Amino acid sequence: MISQLFVLSQRGDNIVFRDYRGEVQKGSAEIFFRKVKFWKEDGQEEAPPVFNVDGVNYFHVKVVGLLFVATTRVNIAPSLVLELLQRIARVIKDYLGILNEDSLRKNFVLVYELLDEVIDFGYVQTTSTEMLKSYVFNEPIVVDAARLQSLGPAAIFMQGPKRMPGTAVTKSVVATEPGGRRREEIFVDIIEKISITFSSSGYILTSEIDGTIQMKSYLTGNPEIRLAFNDDLSIGRGGGSGYDYRSSSGSGAVILDDCNFHQSVRLDSFDMDKTLSLIPPDGEFTVMNYRLTQEFKPPFRINPLIEEAGALKAEVIIKVRADFSSSITANTIMVMMPLPKYTTRASFELEPGALGQTTDFKEANKRLEWGLKKIVGGSEHTLRAKLTFSPESHGNITKESGPVSMTFTIPMYNASKLQVKYLQIAKKSGTYNPYRWVRYVTQANSYVARI
Amino acid sequence: MAPPVQSQRSPSPSQPSGKGEVSDLKLQLRQLAGSRAPGVDDSKRDLFKKVISYMTIGIDVSSVFGEMVMCSAASDIVLKKMCYLYVGNYAKVNPDLALLTINFLQRDCKDEDPMIRGLALRSLCSLRVANLVEYLVGPLGSGLKDRSSYVRTVAVMGVLKLYHISASTCIDADFPAILKNMMFNDSETQVVANCLSALQEIWSSEASTSEEASREREGLLSKTNVYYLLNRIKEFSEWAQCLVLELVAKYVPSEGSEIFDIMNLLEDRLQHANGAVVLATIKVFLQLTLSMTDVHQQVYERIKAPLLTLVSSGSPEQSYAVLSHLHLLVMRAPFIFSSDYKHFYCQYNEPSYVKKLKLEMLTAVANESNTYEIVTELCEYAANVDIPIARESIRAVGKIALQQYDVNAIVDRLLQFLEMEKDYVTAEALVLVKDLLRKYPQWSQDCIAVVGNISSKNVQEPKAKAALIWMLGEYSKDMHDAPYILESLIENWEEEHSAEVRLHLLTAVMKCFFKRPPETQKALGAALAAGLADFHQDVHDRALFYYRLLQYNVSVAEHVVDPPKQAVSVFADTQSSEIKDRIFDEFNSLSVVYQKPSYMFTDKEHRGPLEFSDEVGNISIGIESAGTVVPVQRVEANDKDLLLSTSEKEESRGPSNNGSVYSAPSYDASAVSAAASQTLLELAISNPTVSGHAPQPSLEIDDLLGLGLPVEPAPAPSPPPLKLNSKAALDPSTFQQKWRQLPISLSQEHSISPEGVAGLTAPQALLRHMQGHSIHCIASGGQSPNFKFFFFAQKAEESSTFLVECIINTSSAKAQMKIKADDQSLSEAFSALFQSALSKFGLL
Repeated sequence: MISQLFVLSQRGDNIVFRDYRGEVQKGSAEIFFRKVKFWKEDGQEEAPPVFNVDGVNYFHVKVVGLLFVATTRVNIAPSLVLELLQRIARVIKDYLGILNEDSLRKNFVLVYELLDEVIDFGYVQTTSTEMLKSYVFNEPIVVDAARLQSLGPAAIFMQGPKRMPGTAVTKSVVATEPGGRRREEIFVDIIEKISITFSSSGYILTSEIDGTIQMKSYLTGNPEIRLAFNDDLSIGRGGGSGYDYRSSSGSGAVILDDCNFHQSVRLDSFDMDKTLSLIPPDGEFTVMNYRLTQEFKPPFRINPLIEEAGALKAEVIIKVRADFSSSITANTIMVMMPLPKYTTRASFELEPGALGQTTDFKEANKRLEWGLKKIVGGSEHTLRAKLTFSPESHGNITKESGPVSMTFTIPMYNASKLQVKYLQIAKKSGTYNPYRWVRYVTQANSYVARI
Repeated sequence: MAPPVQSQRSPSPSQPSGKGEVSDLKLQLRQLAGSRAPGVDDSKRDLFKKVISYMTIGIDVSSVFGEMVMCSAASDIVLKKMCYLYVGNYAKVNPDLALLTINFLQRDCKDEDPMIRGLALRSLCSLRVANLVEYLVGPLGSGLKDRSSYVRTVAVMGVLKLYHISASTCIDADFPAILKNMMFNDSETQVVANCLSALQEIWSSEASTSEEASREREGLLSKTNVYYLLNRIKEFSEWAQCLVLELVAKYVPSEGSEIFDIMNLLEDRLQHANGAVVLATIKVFLQLTLSMTDVHQQVYERIKAPLLTLVSSGSPEQSYAVLSHLHLLVMRAPFIFSSDYKHFYCQYNEPSYVKKLKLEMLTAVANESNTYEIVTELCEYAANVDIPIARESIRAVGKIALQQYDVNAIVDRLLQFLEMEKDYVTAEALVLVKDLLRKYPQWSQDCIAVVGNISSKNVQEPKAKAALIWMLGEYSKDMHDAPYILESLIENWEEEHSAEVRLHLLTAVMKCFFKRPPETQKALGAALAAGLADFHQDVHDRALFYYRLLQYNVSVAEHVVDPPKQAVSVFADTQSSEIKDRIFDEFNSLSVVYQKPSYMFTDKEHRGPLEFSDEVGNISIGIESAGTVVPVQRVEANDKDLLLSTSEKEESRGPSNNGSVYSAPSYDASAVSAAASQTLLELAISNPTVSGHAPQPSLEIDDLLGLGLPVEPAPAPSPPPLKLNSKAALDPSTFQQKWRQLPISLSQEHSISPEGVAGLTAPQALLRHMQGHSIHCIASGGQSPNFKFFFFAQKAEESSTFLVECIINTSSAKAQMKIKADDQSLSEAFSALFQSALSKFGLL
């Protein structure tokens, strides 16, 4: 069972502090924060999410810069506590619309109300936003949604061109809109994270897609929902474990290695018509997580090259090619490459007419950074960087640079080809036609090219 | 909600602003207390918020207790809730004032609104004031019977709170019995779950003093109870499911079919998106199948995919918790995961604690088919910007080399590391090359050539320097410069800060002297002189010892300091398998993340209500504290044959710990209790026979500890033909318990045949053979020449169990058997069966 639960700001201030069992000393938040801040003298390693100081176990998760912490003296299941902390953050977000330090400070009494109902004497009672509604009486004080980063991957929909009603996902499940009516709508987000490693010759060493389908429902009356996927979707790779790059030879079938589901999901007709049915609870939740190691077409090809030019100079050339349709645009792209320790200077040369690109040489950790606001499908971009080295002894330049890594976000694109064919809301009423939003996005998790 | 009245005064509860603010608040509250003006509730709310925000940041606002209570007499529920929170926080330090609140809390407990009843009851129970408990019993009693399930869930927790304030009041009011009744009859699953939590805590804590409580606690694990909960499991919230699963993991099914029923029932829990549910389910599967090797292995296969999915979905923190568990399983049964090695590749943006786990997993799963790829990947990390990880990666390469797969190619890689000319890479590689040479002396030529090129000036880290010096001493014959390098190192004796390096230097120069006396004599003299003058006791003593030894007789000295060495076959494991098994038993707990059994980081009182098996399982504590001496067996889980490979493969990760000298198979070297080792040491020394035939500590100590009981006269023969149950199941803790309780009914010694000895090179074969005869191995261990096996068998159609301890010494070709049985009259017959099984294997 949990003894205390608290939320700390980035600076270590208590925003809420709830002691459930009085078994852990009051100063625990301070002990915790000091430990996390100075985990290793050199500050290089960050503290693990679970650690023990003088018989007290501290668990923490970081959400939008806030630290959600639980303490206990007993030998409890760590996954339970960490999952719970994450869930508490999500419930709070459901209530406040936006989760950040400001909104939390303004609504701390409401948060106390929630925490009182979520946990009693250290035992979890419920984390269902819906059930909690009947126990919580404070109304959220809504903070300004503009330019605030919200919780979770869906936040990316708020960036860039306004293709989504961005503010909608930041509204509280309990707040009423001006005019007293709630807008009936439901969001389904298919979020995929790509991990890929290219060898120095451009061959794919490992690749994986980790996908999650998030839902956020603002529908009244909890109608049943049916979510239909492409017909050629299947789960499980016939006992074959691990990575075997069986070519899917143009069939285009989507074979998930494995997946898991929210407990409201029913799979009765999944095998027959690839349909999930569920009664979505209020608030945001994960319908399904999936994992796929099947071969797929990587959205970007990275081509790094290092040419030595004399004893103390070298040139780095990085080419990035977008291998997706020109109707799709990736945004917030960042390409990074560690350079040898003895690099003293880097001067950059962008392609002629380059727009919205930034370059930087981070002196402190000797890293090259190349930012691109957007990349249109089918295009290719090149960066040239001339490096100057200090005259100290140095070894193999190629061995001591790299790997090149890349982060990006591609809205309305998913690498796995998993599709939601339709989203059906079972409610018998001619006039009832809620807004349905099905959104795709792909992000880089670990996108790496070796040199 | 209306805008805050004081919003101009920066509502952010930034930092403590002192006493003035508090007395200001007190005044304002007092003014509002009696007021009935419109809008007064809003003003009160704002003041209350302020009080609570001060409370949160640690300012003592207990002085406004009276005013808070007065203000909240109104019916505004938001106010009430804030007041409850406040009161709960300060009642303990203000017991007199707390009395003030009793009245209105009791009244609220009878409110029409179930919300208010529940809230009031919860607050009432949270006061934590001992002299107020008399006021709790009444409201709790009616709360437990309330028609609202919300109030009942609160009341059940209230009972537990009451128990912690005053156990006797709780027991006297007979609340545990009521909860037990509710657990089986309440329609609301959260009430049931809370009853289970509360009863586990109450009965566990009572169990030490009350036999009844102890029985009740065991009763929670009864088939009826477990099945009742299992059948409803899908109605429970995901968190309550975890609670139930944790209980089920402790359940010992009486027949094999139950195991499959339970697993089939829980199968779909493995697909749950909540990692906590999945891990709790996995624990059940693992525990249930412990004694069924094949099924156990199937479980590993089955849980692989869900675990990998959890690792890659969810928050990084959650992923770490799951990865720690995956790590444990990989270390136990690496071969099952050997084709999944790519999942353990590190990603550049992962935190070091994740990378470390992954490196260990990669090391463990390396086998003939994947070593090349794994080592290639590890070499990529060696050039990593993250230096600690680069070091770990190099160490991982070395460990894989020590595991014997494709050493050839790996040695080349290690030598390449030495040529990379990065200080830390060189340092790590030197240490590894040294270990490698200890295991594969045949590589010395290749290694020496490269090591000889390293300038000792570029090696600064003590460990690496010591390794280099060791190689200089050991291979001084082949390393042309050895005496001169040593000499220059000795010249800088004063600057050498590490005692470890100086010790190595002394030994190395001695070894060098024996091989090349004329060249080394001068250096040796200088080293001994410096050593004798050394302020470090160990260095001084060693120098003196060498000096006297040389004085006495040079060839004796050589024999002592530089005897012909045997290659090291297995490096000692830093963690004994006893500890690993403890951790495995505590699957799905912090033990797995910390890689330590719970007794190492938790006080006894906090080990939690789930620690049922404490008395039975806790061997290492037993030996430390018990007045009664307990025979210590290293009882291993029955998937031992999965494990042998792990434990034997691991090499030492650092300086051996105190206990490692005693890593003999049959008792616990791991307790890491110096005291225990000490005692054993003394025992061993005081026994004159020990030195005679050294590698038999197990027997000696068992005898000393009183295990070797005199042989009992065998009961009269003529038993009916005995048939054994081929699907017998027994969990390790039950085995231990029985082993301790039962007397030895038969003790025999047999000679074994040479063929049998040869067959024991692969003990698994014996285990499989015995299983074919319905005799199951629950634990085994040891290294040539001593092997120890624990077997069990059950009579067909009866639950009568036989236990056997079988110690085989291959060098003396003797097998010792001790048989214990539930039904002693059958032990003769069983012994005959056992022997015939052994002889069919060719042992007898």
